[in-house]
Amino acid sequence: MSQSLFEKVWDAHAVRELSNGQTQLLIGTHLIHEVTSPQAFGMLLDLNLPVAYPNRTFATVDHIVPTDQRQEPFADPLADAMIKELRKNCEETGITFFDLPSGKQGIVHVVGPEQGITQPGTTIACGDSHTSTHGAFGAIAFGVGTTQIRDLLATQTMGIAKLKVRRINVNGFLRPGVYAKDVILHIIRKLGVKGGTGFAYEYGGSVFDNFSMEERMTVCNMSIEGGARVGYVNPDEKTFEYLEGKPYSPIRDDWDKAVENWRSFASDPDCQYDDVVEFDAEDIAPTVTWGINPEQAISVEQDIPTIDGSDDSDKDLVAEALEYMKLPAGQPIKGTKVDVCFIGSCTNGRLSDFEEAARHLKGHRVAESVKAIAVPGSQIVDGICREKGIDKIFEEAGFEWRGAGCSMCLAMNPDKLIGDQLSASSSNRNFKGRQGSPTGRTVLMSPVMVAAAAVRGEIADAREVFGVGELANA
Amino acid sequence: MALEKITSVKGSGVHVPGNEIDTDRIIPARFMKCVTFDGLGEYLFYDVRKNEDGSDKSHPLNDPRFSGASVLLSGANFGCGSSREHAPQALYRFGLRGIIAESFAEIFFGNCTTLGIPCFCAAKEDIEAIASAIERVPSVEIELEVENERIHVGDQSYTAVVRETARKALCEGKWDMIGELKEGESQVAAVAEKLPYMSR
Repeated sequence: MSQSLFEKVWDAHAVRELSNGQTQLLIGTHLIHEVTSPQAFGMLLDLNLPVAYPNRTFATVDHIVPTDQRQEPFADPLADAMIKELRKNCEETGITFFDLPSGKQGIVHVVGPEQGITQPGTTIACGDSHTSTHGAFGAIAFGVGTTQIRDLLATQTMGIAKLKVRRINVNGFLRPGVYAKDVILHIIRKLGVKGGTGFAYEYGGSVFDNFSMEERMTVCNMSIEGGARVGYVNPDEKTFEYLEGKPYSPIRDDWDKAVENWRSFASDPDCQYDDVVEFDAEDIAPTVTWGINPEQAISVEQDIPTIDGSDDSDKDLVAEALEYMKLPAGQPIKGTKVDVCFIGSCTNGRLSDFEEAARHLKGHRVAESVKAIAVPGSQIVDGICREKGIDKIFEEAGFEWRGAGCSMCLAMNPDKLIGDQLSASSSNRNFKGRQGSPTGRTVLMSPVMVAAAAVRGEIADAREVFGVGELANA
Repeated sequence: MALEKITSVKGSGVHVPGNEIDTDRIIPARFMKCVTFDGLGEYLFYDVRKNEDGSDKSHPLNDPRFSGASVLLSGANFGCGSSREHAPQALYRFGLRGIIAESFAEIFFGNCTTLGIPCFCAAKEDIEAIASAIERVPSVEIELEVENERIHVGDQSYTAVVRETARKALCEGKWDMIGELKEGESQVAAVAEKLPYMSR
């Protein structure tokens, strides 16, 4: 019978049915970081249980690491205690830790792929909701809570109910100046932040066929923002090409066998989906959020919504968002003053994100009033950017170039908004207080759009600022 | 390991209105700088409950009429966003033992079940009716009956939905799965054996 990738991977990893009706699912690859794992190690200790498969858990440190003063001990004693705790837990259990001195540290969802740990046809879990990122490789990747991290450490399995699969096709060609970030913001805007509850999203169509692995990661990353715990793209030649030669990729004879095996996991062309949704690539514009969840997004050319113009069921949330964001309803979003610009995160902190932003930034200056920071997703991304002189382009434009970490995406490190500053951000969440100040405001957009906002000091259409495509002469 | 069978939750309620209440709101990220979950209850909904100087804002969870509540009521897609278990841990440590909402985000729902916190999905109008009952008589007892998926408030009662896997896990005292997962050890090894990447 024809099957989707999700079903094939599920079947290959299903151990047995549990008494509550869930499946005991083998999770081949477990990724951990400093924020959600220490309590799990504590629980293991209380239960006197060992780590069952220490060679299948990999650790990095990302959320709390400072991006400027990186020498230990960290200025923040709580952050310092967290990295030391993770280091100790990994040493005691034999788990590989991509620690700061390793040169391989970075955001867990950047490190997994660049090390070749993320592979097609595998199951992956991590105590982080953006684990869906790894689905870009045709893996089924789940965000989990800390008690499940304990279960994974102790058994390499977790209990979970099977998801339905929604195929999302985006066909046609993206217009110039429209990026993967715009595609996922558009999908969430149309299907809603809870539209994906109970589903795995399978992304396909010509846009995804043409996307690089990094672009696929950007889209899969934000699946959870649309309510879908899992998002994935079927593996193809691009996937294999990306993985070839990575440190944890199979080598020699094993490589050919692995590719053959990986290819077999791709969804069968005639498989049945629980739902299918179609989008036309030409309908997607550079997209920005205006509110307090990622569904509250509009094209940069549109006006900020009004309460009266919103559906009855949305009115309360629109009112709450307008009040929090202090934005004028009915006015263009373009021209909104920004205070901080942030390029980075597990959504948009990879090499191509900085390359593309740098290509446009070159020769421009960040507006005087703006604080702009660029934070590579990993030490490896940082190193390549430095080799290519990308860091210098950012610095010459007036950005600060920082060390690798999650940084201002969730502001668990010293990078925070102050008061009600408004941030143009390439990250994934515009929740109230998300970027470290209880009244701070976040506008999500692509890295190139952040660069444009930095140059103008206000939300701007990057196509106009940088002279891209159809608006080049506008 | 024998776990308590969670067949019902009884106690007074508190209504925190709003849709799309995310886990950053439930527990702001800066309070996750910790290596245990102890003391998280203090920071529950911190930025909407507290001013920057630490004094109280007007918020249902600060209202003495609702202190000691066991049941939280809220809107749609409660617990969306991050996978942080710190969110249900903070709710639990604050003293909340059950949640009624129009709907729940997936990961949050799973995390709550694993901690033995029943999550009841109820209709918007029923939540509004329960909220006004609490507003009239804050001490009114709310009972969440897990097996029958019913909510009793004083002499009124409402139908709710508790996902079947969660219902079974709670009622049979199997909401913490570690014991059962461990029992599958040899079957796990057999599945792992067939997956080439597991041995690399």
